[in-house]
Amino acid sequence: MSSYSVTEPSVRQKWAAGTLVVVYALITILPLLWIIATSFKSPSDAIAYPPKTVFQPTLEGYVNLFTTRTRATEQDLKELGEPNTWYDRIVRKDGFIIAGPSRFMERFSNSMIIGFGSTVLCIVLGTAAAYAFSRFKVPLKDDLLFFILSTRMMPPIAVAIPIFLMFRSLGLNDTHAGMILLYTAVNLSLAVWLLKGFIDEIPIEYEEAALIDGYTRFQAFYKVVLPQAMTGIASTAIFCLIFAWNEYAFAVLLTSGTAQTAPPFIPTIIGVGGQDWPAVAAGATLFLVPVMIFTIVLRKHLLRGITFGAVRK
Amino acid sequence: MAQIRIQNVRKEFGAFTAVQSSSFTVEDGEFFMLLGPSGCGKTTTLRMMAGLELPTSGEIYIDGEEVGMKPASQRDIAFVFQMFALYPHMNVRKNISYPLLSQGMSRAEAKTRVEEVARILKIENILDRPVGGLSGGDRQRVALGRAIVRRPKAFFMDEPLGALDAEFREHMAEELRALHDRIGATTVYVTHDQLEAMQMGDKIVVMNHGVVEQFGKPQDIYDWPATKFVAKFIGSPAMNFFDFDGMIGIGSNAIELSGHRVTVPLSRQGASGKLTLGVRPEHIRFSDASAYRGRVLATEYLGTTQIVTMATPNGEIKARTPAKQSVTSGEIIGLEFDPQTLTIFDDMKGQALLSEANERVLRHG
Repeated sequence: MSSYSVTEPSVRQKWAAGTLVVVYALITILPLLWIIATSFKSPSDAIAYPPKTVFQPTLEGYVNLFTTRTRATEQDLKELGEPNTWYDRIVRKDGFIIAGPSRFMERFSNSMIIGFGSTVLCIVLGTAAAYAFSRFKVPLKDDLLFFILSTRMMPPIAVAIPIFLMFRSLGLNDTHAGMILLYTAVNLSLAVWLLKGFIDEIPIEYEEAALIDGYTRFQAFYKVVLPQAMTGIASTAIFCLIFAWNEYAFAVLLTSGTAQTAPPFIPTIIGVGGQDWPAVAAGATLFLVPVMIFTIVLRKHLLRGITFGAVRK
Repeated sequence: MAQIRIQNVRKEFGAFTAVQSSSFTVEDGEFFMLLGPSGCGKTTTLRMMAGLELPTSGEIYIDGEEVGMKPASQRDIAFVFQMFALYPHMNVRKNISYPLLSQGMSRAEAKTRVEEVARILKIENILDRPVGGLSGGDRQRVALGRAIVRRPKAFFMDEPLGALDAEFREHMAEELRALHDRIGATTVYVTHDQLEAMQMGDKIVVMNHGVVEQFGKPQDIYDWPATKFVAKFIGSPAMNFFDFDGMIGIGSNAIELSGHRVTVPLSRQGASGKLTLGVRPEHIRFSDASAYRGRVLATEYLGTTQIVTMATPNGEIKARTPAKQSVTSGEIIGLEFDPQTLTIFDDMKGQALLSEANERVLRHG
């Protein structure tokens, strides 16, 4: 057994690669950890200089995120008596009382509806289109595919003004449907291209086998092709969701009330006497959670593709 | 089980003609081989029979019913793919029962059928395994299981042994043939391997460039090739071609080969100009009495026989002779041909001339 192999990396190479990955991971993950840490700081700790890495954790940021508060006099506070919930206690400590819930939950659920809605629509349309492009003789196929791709060649925001005008005359401004349609339109080209690549990889013999086994083409599509395309569908869905979830510019421009998503809302959380950083950080932290869960749930599909092997190529 | 009849079937892909007006009949219960080099249209022909491709023109009859334009799902046939095409997201049992469930068979009945098939193919022990980890042979058996479980009218197989390694192929070929003899189903089998075709087939169709060159029993095709292509394609080493300028009249039984008289079967067709005498390697004998001579270039020892490569006045040829007969390179040897086995081809058309010997085989097809 020789210690040198062409295909296996040496111990030193493995160490170098490992170190590189760890350093890169730290660089990318550090801002994230900082945001999460900030969300548990008190406002004064959040802006302390030099920055504090050890601090007394508090849920003040989260309470402030979910509530609106008004300043109360000491007289008022006395009259109210002892606070009866933990969040009342946190607020009153600073001389405030809770006036009502904030709009964060609404914005957050708007983000969920619009983000997941556009992702689902994108996947349904994208898979169907990709299947057609992959399997059927489509007239002008290459031109159509190029045309679809070309919509990606400019930053989507370049067409912001025409879209704004179009939405206004169609009554789609500040509606869930409008935002879902918009994000779907932007993501669809990517979805079609990605999914076409994945479907091209699935040997056509599987469908032919199903056709011969007595199934219709549609049955063959959803019973044989779809399960195999899950890897591609999962990764495409993650891309689509992340784009729709993080999108800021269109959201600022086209939504203000009913359909406003979380990204334009979070920076507007302003506390009394300056920016309430822990509340902003709390909003950002919570905002991360759904995408993280979604990615983790679909992760096994991303890895599963490799283990399939019923085809001998 | 059924007879399959192909009538003037033609397939074009744009400007390219994959299959030119082909006709042949697969009798009920026959093991039928579609043989030819790659790109000859054999797979396209099979796919048209299966309904995976629609013919540009012509008719396909399965069990007397014209099915040319019917979708595959309505033809009641089974197909075994070269790469097996087992559904990767299902285990062996599900793969085999899948065609039954499409017919709306109850799960209990499907289960008994699957187990019966598994017993025939000796794969009972792997029924609950995922298909991903199976060996090539087991995948092949599962693919066969999926085909026979439905008891279809016919089986279509597209180079089903192509993905197996040489050693296992032999074994699987025997298994396949035994399976066919046991269930007696009409089977159409595509291959580019002439040995496989000869070994397994009841009948063979030889195709080239989208044209059916010849169709018949393996032995007839081997002995009496209809064209030079078939003569060259079937047999290893291939049939020897002695090219010569000359003529043969109707009713004549001799030709002149480089000044030597060679007796051939009584001709039923006359021709002159560029002709070719076709002789199988095993029909060449060494004889000092013969004035037609060749020089030994090389010998290949094969155990009981040997292949002797020789230079003759009409080109290089190979003779198969008993291994005990000693020959040395450079030796000049007289050659004799077995008269009743010879075929003369018209060099231009590439067609065999009809003779007393081959007319029985060539007239019907």
